[in-house]
Amino acid sequence: MTTATDPAQALRPPGRARRLATPPPPVPRPRRRGAELGLLVCAVGVIAYGYANVGYATSGALPAGLATHLGGLAGLALAAHLVVRFRAPRADPVLLPVALLLNGLGLVLIHRLDQDTPGDRAAPTQLLWSTVGVALFAGVLLVLRDHRDLRPRAAKYAFTALCLMAAPILFPAVNGARIWIRIGGLSLQPSEFAKVLLAVFFASYLAANRHALTFTSGPRIRRLLLPPRRVLGPIVAVWGISLVLLILERDIGASLLFFSLFVAMLYVATGRLGWLAVGLLLAAAGAAAVGALEPHVHTRVEDWLSPFRAIEEGHGPGQLAQSLFAFAAGGALGTGLGQGHSLLIGFAGKSDFILATAGEELGIAGLTALFLLYALFVARGYRTAIAIGEPFGALLAAGLAAIITLQVVVIAGGVLGLVPLTGMVTPFLAQGGSSVVTNWVIVALLVRLSDEARTPPEERPAPEAAPARPEPEPAAATAPATVPLVVPVIDEARPADGTR
Amino acid sequence: MIRNTRIAAACSLLLFLGLLVGAARVQVLNAPEYDANPANRRHALERYAQPRGDIYAAGRRLTGSEDTRQGLRYERSYTDGRLYAPVTGFASQLYGATLLEDTEDGVLAGTDGRLAPLPLWGDLTRSRRPGGQVHTTVVPAVQKAAFRGLRGRKGAVVALEPATGRVLALVSSPGYDPALLSGNSPATALAWDRLTGDPDQPLLNRAIRQTYPPGSTFKVITAVAALESGRVTDIDAPTRTPNPYRLIGSTTLLRNEASGCADAPLREAFAESCNTVFAKLGATVGTRRIVETAEAFGFNDGGLSLPSPVLPSHVDTRMDPAQVALSAIGQYDTRATPLQMARVAATVANGGRSMRPYLVDRLADAGGETVARTRPAYEETVMTPGTAALLRQMMIDAVSDGTGGPAAIDGLTVGGKTGTAQHGVDNSENPYAWFLSWAQRPGTAVPGVAVAVVVEDAEADRADINGGGSAAPVARGVMRAALR
Repeated sequence: MTTATDPAQALRPPGRARRLATPPPPVPRPRRRGAELGLLVCAVGVIAYGYANVGYATSGALPAGLATHLGGLAGLALAAHLVVRFRAPRADPVLLPVALLLNGLGLVLIHRLDQDTPGDRAAPTQLLWSTVGVALFAGVLLVLRDHRDLRPRAAKYAFTALCLMAAPILFPAVNGARIWIRIGGLSLQPSEFAKVLLAVFFASYLAANRHALTFTSGPRIRRLLLPPRRVLGPIVAVWGISLVLLILERDIGASLLFFSLFVAMLYVATGRLGWLAVGLLLAAAGAAAVGALEPHVHTRVEDWLSPFRAIEEGHGPGQLAQSLFAFAAGGALGTGLGQGHSLLIGFAGKSDFILATAGEELGIAGLTALFLLYALFVARGYRTAIAIGEPFGALLAAGLAAIITLQVVVIAGGVLGLVPLTGMVTPFLAQGGSSVVTNWVIVALLVRLSDEARTPPEERPAPEAAPARPEPEPAAATAPATVPLVVPVIDEARPADGTR
Repeated sequence: MIRNTRIAAACSLLLFLGLLVGAARVQVLNAPEYDANPANRRHALERYAQPRGDIYAAGRRLTGSEDTRQGLRYERSYTDGRLYAPVTGFASQLYGATLLEDTEDGVLAGTDGRLAPLPLWGDLTRSRRPGGQVHTTVVPAVQKAAFRGLRGRKGAVVALEPATGRVLALVSSPGYDPALLSGNSPATALAWDRLTGDPDQPLLNRAIRQTYPPGSTFKVITAVAALESGRVTDIDAPTRTPNPYRLIGSTTLLRNEASGCADAPLREAFAESCNTVFAKLGATVGTRRIVETAEAFGFNDGGLSLPSPVLPSHVDTRMDPAQVALSAIGQYDTRATPLQMARVAATVANGGRSMRPYLVDRLADAGGETVARTRPAYEETVMTPGTAALLRQMMIDAVSDGTGGPAAIDGLTVGGKTGTAQHGVDNSENPYAWFLSWAQRPGTAVPGVAVAVVVEDAEADRADINGGGSAAPVARGVMRAALR
């Protein structure tokens, strides 16, 4: 397409004349809060339609708790919007509506599955946890006025994360995995919370040391240059401990997530393909070893390789086979909400296999829409990472986007039979308090980061807003990596090591 | 770092694309295979998620659906299940379906494309329509008369309308209540075990799924072959038949139950059911003509369905003179279903024109709107109208002056043919009692009903078993019910 055909272009004075003139005053960037509100209204509308659809399909009338559910959801949306409007006015207007829509669709699907299990109502609990999640979202935005405030505490976060992850060892295993903490009637999955804390730690450490990791070399293994042990040590230690903990707890999904997240962030920070290669090799070796030796994982790998073997052996279909049947029953347009038979999948139907319900009742059309929503959310995350022009924020945004991607890909790939099933949770969609709450914190962080990224430099708050912070770093667009980094301390006890 | 982030974003995009490809593979490419997997219970769940359409006779529902509020939600129920089981069959969550419940399943379950308001509409919306209606040709009064007539003895009754081929009654005994097999409770499994283990085979539909040696009722066919081939031109002319008759090529002597069979003319031999005369006629007419005639009546036809599939009746196509002589009196390898013999009676009654029997009058959608109707189908002209008239007369004589006496009905013209079929090793077991008949109201062009009755009565005293004594009274009741 040539610009000559564009009438607006043709009417414009020659570009050279414009370029020679004084640069135009910066166009005021719209804040887009109205767009966000509009999208939120749309999201609530879609969710309302889903609820009504379920009601009419299962009982021929609107569901009894419709007003409560929708009112609650609309209230959450409005509250979240108001917090964003006043505390992150330039934030990306897409993040919040997409998260709300996914959370709401998850509620619709869980509510739909509730209809088949009269004794076990999960949707109200999920709505409660969503409320806690949104409250935390608001809390993060209210308390955390600048994402860089997270940086000095990164080491504490790493420590907290490790403690959280170690805690379930003290509690009995559930379905072969020690991933739960049970206090009274409440059960928490601490590795869910740990992933955000570790992402902050990784971002902080990698932002501080990425030049060292990229350019300086320490020990050498044949042609592979390793960074100095001093630089690589702490991060590998934290990462290694987390992996060991997860393997001890047989939390395969989380191990995979932490490994992939670490490698992804390392790559974003250093751009060294060697890291990716080493990471993939290690992952392959580890996966092969665990898959062959650990019985819990071994079964899953076998299920993945031959999902129909149980049928042939006369034991009836396993969960993966039921999941594939559910997807197949959905076809192009799906059976319609409330009209599938996802209950056949069994006890994890409301959490692990919620995507199979979506695939059965909404068809590949609905599933594609869900994947696109996730992709949109993730894309906005990466966009924030690119726009923010400050390594810590960029790494954090990229890391959070990677977390969402990895979770969706691993769980969806699992239920679709593309990869072995791991105990991963579909973000926002699946039943599970820890997961919903954590994901709302991720949204809050991304909203905070995008607000930062979309605020023109001249409008950024004056340094006195955060006096403890080092001077603001120059934007990446004008000063790329060659500008010396002001390295913050990651550990209060140890002074900056002078790495530049 | 921006470049690295872009690459990471691109990788994420690729992963999402991979998911879409994976979803397309499962939901589009492999879906038919997964749907067809026998372990996939969705079909069963969907099938029983809505009430099944009903089967009707004369506008009355023979079936119903009960909401159990469980997984396989609607269970089949039956009104007078035992009486109509040979027509409806059963529809079980555990053991599948039989007879009309099976063959008309698409209509009853609502999946049949004919029920859709628009072509392909159902394929597009994937919605299920309410089950349609199956209206049978069965006349409840006739069905009841046949059922009562058997009095629980082992046997079968088929009544046809000769001019159209409509099945007016289809009874098999001992029967079963198909409601016992609905549902998927332990009681269902117990009932199934009991029914399948019963030596009396209550699940067997003797009217269309069991063949018997037709015995003397086959003599109708032999007579048609003799008349049509020109071997016999005058039914009152003496046949030169010795008594006893020695089968050609063997030393076996064939005798008669009746007296006066030596040289008996065809009319008398038919009325008294002389084995010697018909055996000799069979041998004289020859295998080819006997087989051709039997096949014109419908023997050896594996393609017949009501639409419930009918077991083909059998006559050997290669026989030596002794074998064809035995076949001519309905013994040797010759076997026929009660339905087949009812067709023989109906074809004679209908002037030699055989009509295709059918059990389903029309199919309707849930609202009762007809979506398909069965038209009477002419099959074949088996004999000339002259031959048919002669046979009708011979059958009338067999009732008025011969073995078929118990079938006579005041005020109606009744024609019949008895049969007593030997079976078992050396004919050691109790014989089967047969009766073929038709009845005509005075002043009508064609008899209104043709009936075949078979009674296998192991308990009876052997000497008492004959077509006239055991089976003819059953046929009489059926004919009266049909023409009342």
